[in-house]
Amino acid sequence: MSDVLLQCSGVVKTFGGFTALDQVSVDVKKGERFGLIGPNGSGKTTLINCISGALKNDGGTITFDGTDMAGMAPHQRTRLGICRSFQIPRPFTSMTVLENLAIPFEYVALRGHRHASPDAEAKAVREGAMAILTEMGMADKASAPSSGLTQIELRKLELARAMAAKPKLLISDEAMAGLSNSEVDEILDILFRLNEQHGITIVMIEHIMRAVMRFSQRVVCLDAGKKIAEATPDLIVKDPNVERAYLGE
Amino acid sequence: MKISVFWIGVAVALVVALLTPHVVTNEFYLRTAYTVLQFVVLATAWNILGGYGGYVNFGSAGFFAIGAYSAVFIYKLFPLFQVPDYMIFVMLPLGGVVAAVIGLGTGYLTLRLRGVYFSIATLALAVVLQTLVTNWHFVGGARGASILPPQTVPIFSTWGEFLFVLMAILAIASLAVARYIERSWIGRGLAAIRDNEEAAECMGVPTLKLKLIGCTVSGFLFGVAGAPLPYYVNYIEPVSAFNLVYAVNALAMPMIGGATTWIGPLLGAVVLGTAQEVARVTISSEMNLLIVGVLLVFFVIAAPDGFVGLARKYLGNRKSR
Ligand SMILES: Nc1ncnc2c1ncn2[C@@H]1O[C@H](COP(=O)(O)OP(=O)(O)OP(=O)(O)O)[C@@H](O)[C@H]1O
Ligand SMILES: [Mg+2]
Repeated sequence: MSDVLLQCSGVVKTFGGFTALDQVSVDVKKGERFGLIGPNGSGKTTLINCISGALKNDGGTITFDGTDMAGMAPHQRTRLGICRSFQIPRPFTSMTVLENLAIPFEYVALRGHRHASPDAEAKAVREGAMAILTEMGMADKASAPSSGLTQIELRKLELARAMAAKPKLLISDEAMAGLSNSEVDEILDILFRLNEQHGITIVMIEHIMRAVMRFSQRVVCLDAGKKIAEATPDLIVKDPNVERAYLGE
Repeated sequence: MKISVFWIGVAVALVVALLTPHVVTNEFYLRTAYTVLQFVVLATAWNILGGYGGYVNFGSAGFFAIGAYSAVFIYKLFPLFQVPDYMIFVMLPLGGVVAAVIGLGTGYLTLRLRGVYFSIATLALAVVLQTLVTNWHFVGGARGASILPPQTVPIFSTWGEFLFVLMAILAIASLAVARYIERSWIGRGLAAIRDNEEAAECMGVPTLKLKLIGCTVSGFLFGVAGAPLPYYVNYIEPVSAFNLVYAVNALAMPMIGGATTWIGPLLGAVVLGTAQEVARVTISSEMNLLIVGVLLVFFVIAAPDGFVGLARKYLGNRKSR
């Protein structure tokens, strides 16, 4: 029927008297590469938190794959097929890289699968997680403790761990912040591959314009909690509202 | 192969526990061993939520005392000297279930609190429970209750022997439960919660459910550990049953032993429990908390992963299980 995977309509979120999201409506289509931009504090992460269930929106509805997600806990939304990376990496620090991936693998991807024995299950988890790490170019780090990773490794781990939940929709919250140009390209390649080869819908939040413009098929710009523009990358950069939001009056 | 090593250990421990009363005839040693084994259960119970899940419970003494007072309640249902000896087998599960239910209720009320707020809530819970028991005259109120164990003893010839073997079995069983949890999906999920609760939830871990499971199992183990207490002390009153000693030890023993594996609480309880008993007899009965306090401060600063962490560091094997 519809080709819309994620539909936010009229989403409102307030913190005390402060309105962080003001009637934001956004549709993301199946298989789309979608960019979300906006100045600092414009509400991008807050919108992602409402979508992932970390925050409860005060108004509006969020529908995923035809299901209204009101009242659903984050882990239930992950099982529906939404997974996110965190802007500030949040690895499970007492675990190795592989064990980090094993958590979503066991709790989401392999949930409900019957295994002959605990050993068979552990093997399935290990192989599945290893496949993702190989794809991310992190196979050699599998048994490294996640507490000792470099910045780019942490970013990749965030994405790899989200991928281990086998999501339909991957939300990448500033996965490239603080990385060098070549590292940005590396992450971009990974995201392109996930989208094109695995058919995963991707929402990219990014301040690095070069990356988000190259990646996205469609971009939405937030400013002070309001959606101020929605267009293709080449048009959005020329949008006067967007220019004003970034450059001021 | 590792699995069978553990279960062989369990079998050996059970046989040793059953034979000990025939070899050790001095009841003083059995009583001392009972105290240490009781700490093994308490430390293990605390560790399921505190060590695996990172939720620090300051109210252990409350759950423990509720187990003890559940037993007193049953005892008081009978006329003086009329309690059948087998009633201990009712007291035990009742103490466990009552404490488990309180654990589950506490979980529902407090587990939305994070970090230190959760800990303060558990402390408050223990105070509330103590106040309730202090004002409940049926179980002796503030004056306390004298408990005379029945004249006959199930299976063994003295209550000292029976209680020792009972506590040994409880200790072995709680270690097996903790080890099972640690290696199951529950333990892995709790570890994720300990590391980063928000990330755990976003990675599909049903955090509230796991914390409630942790609270309930932990409460149950505290409760069964407390149920035999009235027969062990013969006189029970709220101040001693809710004593800080239980809460501090339940927390300190896993921290000193190593809180991420089932072995840690066992090591911590055996070492600290024995040291305290020795100090109590040889120096003074006031020394025990001082020893615990000093060791706790030392370990938190110098060896935060406890004995298990030190062993891993010096033996070089990351997973000493
Ligand atoms: N939990 C919270 N409590 C109160 N205010 C909050 C909370 N989370 C976010 N805010 C506020 O809401 C606004 C939007 O924040 P948000 O993190 O969504 O911005 P952002 O677009 O992700 O910015 P950045 O690009 O810097 O990551 C900010 O003013 C922020 O201070
Ligand atoms: Mg943000």
